[in-house]
Amino acid sequence: MRAGELLALLGPSGSGKTTLLRVIAGLELPDRGRIIFGGDDATRLPVQERAVGFVFQHYALFKHMSVAENIAYGLNARKRPGRPDKAEIKRRVGDLLDLIKLSGFADRYPSQLSGGQRQRVALARALAVEPRVLLLDEPFGALDAQVRKDLRRWLREIHDRTGQTTIFVTHDQDEALELSDRVAVLDKGRLAQVGTPDEVQEAPASATVLKFLGDTIEVEAIAEGGRVFVNGRPTPVAAPPGLVGPVKLYARPWQLRFAEPEHAHVEGVVRTSYRTQGRQRIEVDRAEGKTVVVEAANSARLAAGRPVGLQIVGGHVFAD
Amino acid sequence: MPEPLRPRRRLMQPSVIPGFGLAFGYMLTCLGLIVLLPLAALVARASGLGLSGIWEVATDPRVAAALKVSFGISILAALTASTFGFLVAWVLTRYDFPGRRVVDAVVDLPFALPTAVAGIALASLYAPNGLVGAQLAKLGIQAAYTPLGIYIAMVFIGLPFAVRTVQPLIVEIDREIEEASATLGADRLHTLTRVILPPLIPAVLTGFALAFARGVGEYGSIIFIAGNLPYVSEIAPLLIVIKLSEFDYKGACAIAVIMLAISFATLLAINLIQAWSRRRFGYV
Repeated sequence: MRAGELLALLGPSGSGKTTLLRVIAGLELPDRGRIIFGGDDATRLPVQERAVGFVFQHYALFKHMSVAENIAYGLNARKRPGRPDKAEIKRRVGDLLDLIKLSGFADRYPSQLSGGQRQRVALARALAVEPRVLLLDEPFGALDAQVRKDLRRWLREIHDRTGQTTIFVTHDQDEALELSDRVAVLDKGRLAQVGTPDEVQEAPASATVLKFLGDTIEVEAIAEGGRVFVNGRPTPVAAPPGLVGPVKLYARPWQLRFAEPEHAHVEGVVRTSYRTQGRQRIEVDRAEGKTVVVEAANSARLAAGRPVGLQIVGGHVFAD
Repeated sequence: MPEPLRPRRRLMQPSVIPGFGLAFGYMLTCLGLIVLLPLAALVARASGLGLSGIWEVATDPRVAAALKVSFGISILAALTASTFGFLVAWVLTRYDFPGRRVVDAVVDLPFALPTAVAGIALASLYAPNGLVGAQLAKLGIQAAYTPLGIYIAMVFIGLPFAVRTVQPLIVEIDREIEEASATLGADRLHTLTRVILPPLIPAVLTGFALAFARGVGEYGSIIFIAGNLPYVSEIAPLLIVIKLSEFDYKGACAIAVIMLAISFATLLAINLIQAWSRRRFGYV
């Protein structure tokens, strides 16, 4: 974890990402391993002294306090010598309210706010104590799609402006790839890969990482002499050096093309197709029974039941 | 020609839940027959005395003393029951220990016990030769047959109310709220006093009101331990019974009406405080 960066912890549910975040925060104790903050071992430090800001999926605002009181809570909770005076707290709360664009809402109660507004208040509350690291646990998980998108962009803006070191947990690949400087993919409690969004997409460390980052089609293939063959026909995908024999080839929906049967790597029958955001997605039932999704330009619709051939034009290869 | 639709004035907002008329009528009938009718009869009976007559009864030194004992000790006992009841509810919900369910069931016993049985049990326990009474006597404290005895009995019968009203709210306390408080640097005490306790206040008040009301109206468990000394440890309900046995029905009704008025005023005040605190804490 580098200072000032925005790191996404990405993984399927049950992969341990929330647990890891809670261990970092000190809300749970690690079985083994250490937590290091800027060179200091924080493993045994109680939550209160870790100087982390934690934002919960369900906001966890104090219902009986106004927005301003919620934000000021961390400052008011400080012991005498370290506590800023009332005017200073008021000023800080005002600044944070400006930051989260809720200036007129200081005296409202959480029950009078929408989900997105509540999460912004929760964020301001966490930022108020000037944490060393800001931890967000699926911060947009409970919000609807449009609010999610707005908040995502807004969080990125805030991060760029404040340079606050931030870790956020998500199971949404798009969110992680759009928002973060680096992505850490977790799989069954282990760190599968850490890298920039480009790195993890272009060079996934394992099939699990690849599959988790988006829709994939999985095909049996043979690697031979640095090339990969599917159905006896060559593909443009290069095999990593040393990989020979039966392998698995993984391709994205946009790495498939419709092709004449003599060039096709995969054959199947169109099940259904639909348009989404300027593209067309076609679901194809393969002969072996699996359904694959193909993404293509918005051309004429393909009728259901029509047999088609698919050519693989890109992808990644991993040992079987 | 069809008549234009005119907005009809309604008693309530239209709702998908059917049967408002039936339910409302049923509610009024029950409330009227079961609660208001007896109380109205009581007031009617007492009104024979006139306001001045009732005032005369109220200012009678023995009656005034009994009312003071009843209401004063009820308030003290309700305060104690709320405090201990809160602790009991807290421990029962926040910690898991062997026998928790048994303890949880024991809390309800004062509800179920015939009050006279409770009174005799308490009296024998706190009497100067009783198990606890003997120990207290060594310290020079006499519990039974004094106002202290009344207080003990009222706490005993009020406790379950205090426990059962706060318990469901303590169960509902969100762990994340406490965790949020901790990550913001607040210690346990700060979290407790600023985050956990304030939302519980309305429930604690309800428990207090119920324990108080029960204490004021209690008869059976108190008369055995109170000693019933006029001017010292005589409670108002006992005085009503005494008046009745002397065939002074009007006097009995007058005391009852006075008790009713004071109780109603107190409960109304508590309800208003509650309504205020609910608004204050931002949820309806």
